[in-house]
Amino acid sequence: MKTTPSKKLRRPGNGQPAQTEESARWNLRLYVAGQTPRSLTAFKNLKEICEEYLKGQYHIEVVDLMENPTLARGDQILAIPTLVRKLPQPIRKIIGDLSNTERVLVGLDIQPRSN
Amino acid sequence: MSRENRRNRPRPLEGLPKERTGIPGFDEITRGGLPAGRPTLVCGSAGAGKTLFAMEFLVRGATLFDKPGVFMSFEESNQELITNVASLGFDIDQLIADKKLVLDYIYIERSEIEETGEYDLEGLFLRLDHAISSIGATRIVLDTLEALFSALPNEAIIRAELRRLFRWLKERHVTAVITCERGQGTLTRYGLEEYVADCVILLDNRVQNQISTRRMRIVKYRGTSHGTNEYPFLIDDKGFSVVPITSLGLSHTAPTEHISSGIARLDTMLEDKGFYRGSSILVSGTAGTGKSTIGAHFVEAACKRGERALFFAFEESQSQIVRNMRSIGIDLDRFVKKGLLQFHNARPSTWGLEVHLALIHKAISEFSPSVVVIDPITNFLAIGDKFETKSMLTRLIDFLKSRQITAMFTSLTSAGGNIEDSEVEVSSLIDAWLLVKNIECNGERNRGLYILKARGIAHSNQVREFLLTERGIQLVDAYVGSEGVLMGSARSSQLAREKAADVDRKYAMERKQRELRRKQELYEAQLVALQGQYETERDALLKELEEERLRQRVVADQRLEIARLRRADNGAVQVEGNGARKSRKGTRR
Repeated sequence: MKTTPSKKLRRPGNGQPAQTEESARWNLRLYVAGQTPRSLTAFKNLKEICEEYLKGQYHIEVVDLMENPTLARGDQILAIPTLVRKLPQPIRKIIGDLSNTERVLVGLDIQPRSN
Repeated sequence: MSRENRRNRPRPLEGLPKERTGIPGFDEITRGGLPAGRPTLVCGSAGAGKTLFAMEFLVRGATLFDKPGVFMSFEESNQELITNVASLGFDIDQLIADKKLVLDYIYIERSEIEETGEYDLEGLFLRLDHAISSIGATRIVLDTLEALFSALPNEAIIRAELRRLFRWLKERHVTAVITCERGQGTLTRYGLEEYVADCVILLDNRVQNQISTRRMRIVKYRGTSHGTNEYPFLIDDKGFSVVPITSLGLSHTAPTEHISSGIARLDTMLEDKGFYRGSSILVSGTAGTGKSTIGAHFVEAACKRGERALFFAFEESQSQIVRNMRSIGIDLDRFVKKGLLQFHNARPSTWGLEVHLALIHKAISEFSPSVVVIDPITNFLAIGDKFETKSMLTRLIDFLKSRQITAMFTSLTSAGGNIEDSEVEVSSLIDAWLLVKNIECNGERNRGLYILKARGIAHSNQVREFLLTERGIQLVDAYVGSEGVLMGSARSSQLAREKAADVDRKYAMERKQRELRRKQELYEAQLVALQGQYETERDALLKELEEERLRQRVVADQRLEIARLRRADNGAVQVEGNGARKSRKGTRR
């Protein structure tokens, strides 16, 4: 149970040709701290949004700060979960469980901000 | 009975372990430091010194007590922090290399962040946890946590997470310092004091009459006694220092040793001994009466005894004092060079009263003099009102007494004011009070000095005239005689007149003596003359007598001859002298 979601997290695309980190146009990194329900929800939400809007052009890397706390420094992570858009530039951060799809799309600049 | 009481008395200090900060003075007012293993809130407005306090807590912990620390900064980057405190002599890089200190800068840019749904601050916890365990830290600083409120939009989450954070810190038994901005009418802008209830310290930088004074107050310290006053503190090239000066009470011991005032005649006025060591001496007087000079004499005397002296001058620079005193024969420079004398010159308006007190305290603690001169104390009135100044001086005098330092204060009395009214109203705190005043009469001003009081010394009640000569201060007896009390030229002319009269009298006596001698000689001469005359007359008379006797004998002889010739009877011839006269009578008959 403990490893299953981890594997699931690490294999984005769900059978799609997985983009490598370099080739993907959308390079996303999700910071979590352990396999908490909130982390799982965030990953699930992220996955759904990517599949719907960025199919075939994204790469997701999941970083568990429980395992690797030093990585929190690099992207200045405080809130968990935090999604960092590494590419395209500039870097954007989205915090929370990504349950508000509209806000995620705005945050990732997939969809222009609505007035 | 008393032992029983002592046993029953609660001992609050036992229950609460404290962690020494190593910040000079702070551990004294908190009676031991910050609560160990608990968070402490340090609040204050911008520029109050919060970050420095927090950093010094860690640096001193690491260097003095070998307690590693973590500094989590939300405002300044690591490099900025290192540069900022390098001027205080803190080598942060070295401490980091020695694994005594971890700096972690948390930077959050609100504009980069989009919030979608639920989250927590586990990232912060993880970073903190990692930093703590990487060096085994027992001290934590969070500077300034409130940055979270501006960085993250959801205040409810932040509050919940902060509550969890403080609980977490307590569970980890780390001694934490959390800095906060001061809010309008509240201690902290976001009400953080409701989470940190153990110890709250307020730093304050108040500006009054364009002079700022830093003050610290312990608002709350649960479970322990602590100083409740506002304590001035300094931030200087050696960092943070709190001055725990409050009234120390009246428990100081009184030495019985005397020390010289530096003016021989003044010592004579004080039972021939001078002042008591550890006493406070006030020299008050109007402008230009020589108050500073009395101070300089006092300092010189101390240095000549080989004691250290501190001269706080609030009106003149060091070189000016040295030059002026040299003109009256007091060489202070050589003592400065020997390291026995130190000057602290500052305009009163440079700092606030409390900062002055703190600086005086610091200078005295560092130099440990046996004699201190503060010239003049009245200048403090320029920066504080009478009440504040008196309170400050009371604490200063208490501090000096507790260290058995003999202190001389000069006080300027404004002309026209009551001369026996010490402007700052410290006279009741003072042990000995010298009053110097200008006495104006006959178109000239003269300096007069008298001892208004000297506790425990049978002092002279006389006004002495006081001269500034090239050999320093000379005290001269004022003329007291039939003409009243005279000083200055009136005194000298009166003395001259008296001298002239003296000379006259002397001459008159000599004259009389000469006359007597002459009379005697005359008398003796007359005596000799009379003697001579007498002798002459006597001789003449004696001679006449002799001649008469001869003549009578001749007559008698002749009569005998005649009788013999007349063959007169024997009876008539045998009579000689009277017989001759008888016979002559008889003959006539």
